Amino acid sequence: MTRLRTWLTSSDLAGIAVLALVIVVVLPLSLDIFRLNLVGKYLSYAFVAVGLVMLWGYGGILSLGQGVFFGLGGYAMAMFLKLEASDPESTKIQSTPGIPDFMDWNQLTQLPIWWEPFRHLPVALIAMLVVPAILAFIVGFAMFKRRVGGVYFAIITQAVALVLTVLIIGQQGYTGGVNGITDLKTMLGWDIRNDSAKYILYFATCALLIGAIFLCRWVQKTKLGTLLLAMRDKEDRVRFSGYDVANFKVFVFCLAAMLCGLGGALFVLQVGFMSASFVGIVPSIEMVIYAAVGGRMSLVGAVYGALLVNFGKTFFSESFPQLWLFLMAALFIGVVMAFPNGLAGLYNDYVKPRLLRKREPHSKPPEEQKPLPAASAHPPPVGWNPSVPRPRTDAKGVGPAAA
Amino acid sequence: MSNTDFVLAIEDLTVSFDGFKAIDNLNLYVDKGELRVIIGPNGAGKTTLLDLICGKTRASKGSIKFKNQEMTSLAEHRIVRSGIGRKFQTPSIYENLSVFKNLEVSFPRGRGVFGALKFKCTPEVKERIESVAGEIGLADQLETEAGLLSHGQKQWLEIGMLLMQEPELLMLDEPIAGMSVRERELTAELLERICRNRSMIVIEHDMEFVKKIAHKVTVMHQGKILAEGPMEKVQADPRVIDVYLGH
Repeated sequence: MTRLRTWLTSSDLAGIAVLALVIVVVLPLSLDIFRLNLVGKYLSYAFVAVGLVMLWGYGGILSLGQGVFFGLGGYAMAMFLKLEASDPESTKIQSTPGIPDFMDWNQLTQLPIWWEPFRHLPVALIAMLVVPAILAFIVGFAMFKRRVGGVYFAIITQAVALVLTVLIIGQQGYTGGVNGITDLKTMLGWDIRNDSAKYILYFATCALLIGAIFLCRWVQKTKLGTLLLAMRDKEDRVRFSGYDVANFKVFVFCLAAMLCGLGGALFVLQVGFMSASFVGIVPSIEMVIYAAVGGRMSLVGAVYGALLVNFGKTFFSESFPQLWLFLMAALFIGVVMAFPNGLAGLYNDYVKPRLLRKREPHSKPPEEQKPLPAASAHPPPVGWNPSVPRPRTDAKGVGPAAA
Repeated sequence: MSNTDFVLAIEDLTVSFDGFKAIDNLNLYVDKGELRVIIGPNGAGKTTLLDLICGKTRASKGSIKFKNQEMTSLAEHRIVRSGIGRKFQTPSIYENLSVFKNLEVSFPRGRGVFGALKFKCTPEVKERIESVAGEIGLADQLETEAGLLSHGQKQWLEIGMLLMQEPELLMLDEPIAGMSVRERELTAELLERICRNRSMIVIEHDMEFVKKIAHKVTVMHQGKILAEGPMEKVQADPRVIDVYLGH
C-alpha cells in the first residue's frame, strides 16, 4: 500500500496509468453505451487540450483558433466517410447519383476535383494530419518569423477561425455549409453506427489519446521541451544563445495542430457528422478552457479538464440551456483568477503533499530528500584541485572557484 | 573595407532612431585575446553598441566585421553561432529551470528543431557542464532552481551559459551591477581567467573594477568615441574628466 502511494505521488507515469484506468476500465464498466459514446466525444476534444498544453503551457503561445485544426481533421475524415456513404446505389434518387447529397441539392453535377482523393482512406488519414500541419506551418511561419506573439497572435488565430467558418458556410455546395457533412454510415464497409463499433471506436480513441500523451511527454523531456520552457521565460536569451526561436514555435504549433486534426477525425467517427459549428471562435475558446481548467502544464490534467467541462456542459445544457454559456465564462474567469494551474495545480498543491505526509511514518523519505553532504552530491568538476577549498553557498565564500 | 587581423572591426557605424543618432560614425577595433572595457555617461550608446554587434538592433550604416565576416545583415542566431556571445544587463537566465538545465540548453549542439529532439546529454556534455559550473562557482548548485540563486550567482550563471558556447568574442553589459565587494573581486578573477583564449568587451561603471580588468579602455560620449587607450592615459584625458569622470 505504501509503495503504491509512493509510486502514485512520485512518478508522472502513475498519473497516466490512473487516467488510463479511468477511461479504459472504470468508465466503460459504469456507463451505458450512449453515455460512453459521449465520453468518447469528449476524449476527442482532449486531443486538442493535450496539444494546447504543449503550445500554451509549454510554448507560452496562446492560440484561440485550435478549432480550425480540429475542423480540418474532422472534415478530412467526414469527406471520406461521406463519399463512401454516397455510392450511386444509395443516392439513386438524386439528379446526379454518386455525389454527396448536399452537392446535389446545390445543383452540382460533378464531384469537385479536390474531393476525388478523399475516396481513399489512406489519403484521408494522411490529410487529417498533414492539412492541419500545413496550415499551422503557414500561419506560424508568417507570424513567428515576424515575431508576432502574445495577444496579437491570439487575435490572428481568432481571425483564421472566423475566416474558415465563413468559407465553409459560404461554400455550401462543396462543404455542406451550416448543416455540415451528415449521414455518415460506414468506414470501408464497417458500420460505425452500431454499439459494437462505438465500443471499438471508444477504445481506439483511448489508445490514441494515451499514445498522444506519451508522444508529448517525450517531447517535453527532450531538449526541445526545455527550450520551449526557456523561450517562454526569456525569449531573447534563447535567441542570443544561437537558436532560431521561430522554428521551435512553428514546430510546437504544427504538433498541436496535428493532435487537433486527429481529435477531429475521431470526433467524426464517433459522432457521425461534422459541421462548421466545431470550427469557429466559440468552440476554439471552449477548447482553451479545457486546458485551463485541467491545468495547462499537465498533459493528464488537460484530459480531465476536457472531460469535466464537457460533462458540465452536457449536464447544464440539458437542465439550464440558457445558463450554460454564462457558467462556462464564470468557470474560466474563476479558474484563471483562483487557481491558474488548474486541476493539476490543485492536485500538486493540496492532494499530493497530504498523500506524502501520510506516508512518512510508514516508510523512509525518498532518496533525493535525504540531506546529502554537498561534496558527494556531485562529482567534482574536471581539473578540480582538492587542495583548494571548495566554494560553498554560505555568505562569505560565494564565488567562482579560484583556478 | 579590407580584411584585418582584428577579431572585431567596426567602421563608420551609425544608427539613428527617428533622426537621433545613438551611434554616430563609430570606429572600433578589438584584438584577439583583448579585454576591452567601454565606459561613458548614461545615454552614450554603450548598450546600443552591443545591441548592434549582436544583431538586436540593426545598423543604419557602416560595417561590423567579426573575423573578417560581415555581421550587419546576419540573423541574430547566426551571429551567435559564428562566435559572439552577449550577456544582458539584467541577469537573463531561465528562472524556472535548474542550473544544470540552464547550462545544458546553452550547449551549442542540437540547435535545430530536430537536432533538439535528438539531443542527448552525453557524458561529454555533462563533463562540460560540470567544468563550467566549477568555473563560475556553482558546482554545488547544479540542481538548484536558477530563480533561487542570489543576484550575483545569477550573473555568474549567465556568464557560464555563454561559456558553454565557447564564444570567441564575449560581450558583458555591466556584469558586476548589484554585486557585493567580495563578489566583485571574484568576478574580476573570473573574467581574467576566461579572457585567456578569447576577446571580451565589457561595459562597466565601477572605475576600480575597470582598472583591475581592462587591457584597454574606450570612452564613449554621445554615440562617438571620446578617448581610447590604457586606463591611466584615459583617466588623465581632460575631455574624459570633463564629461564622465568629473573633477
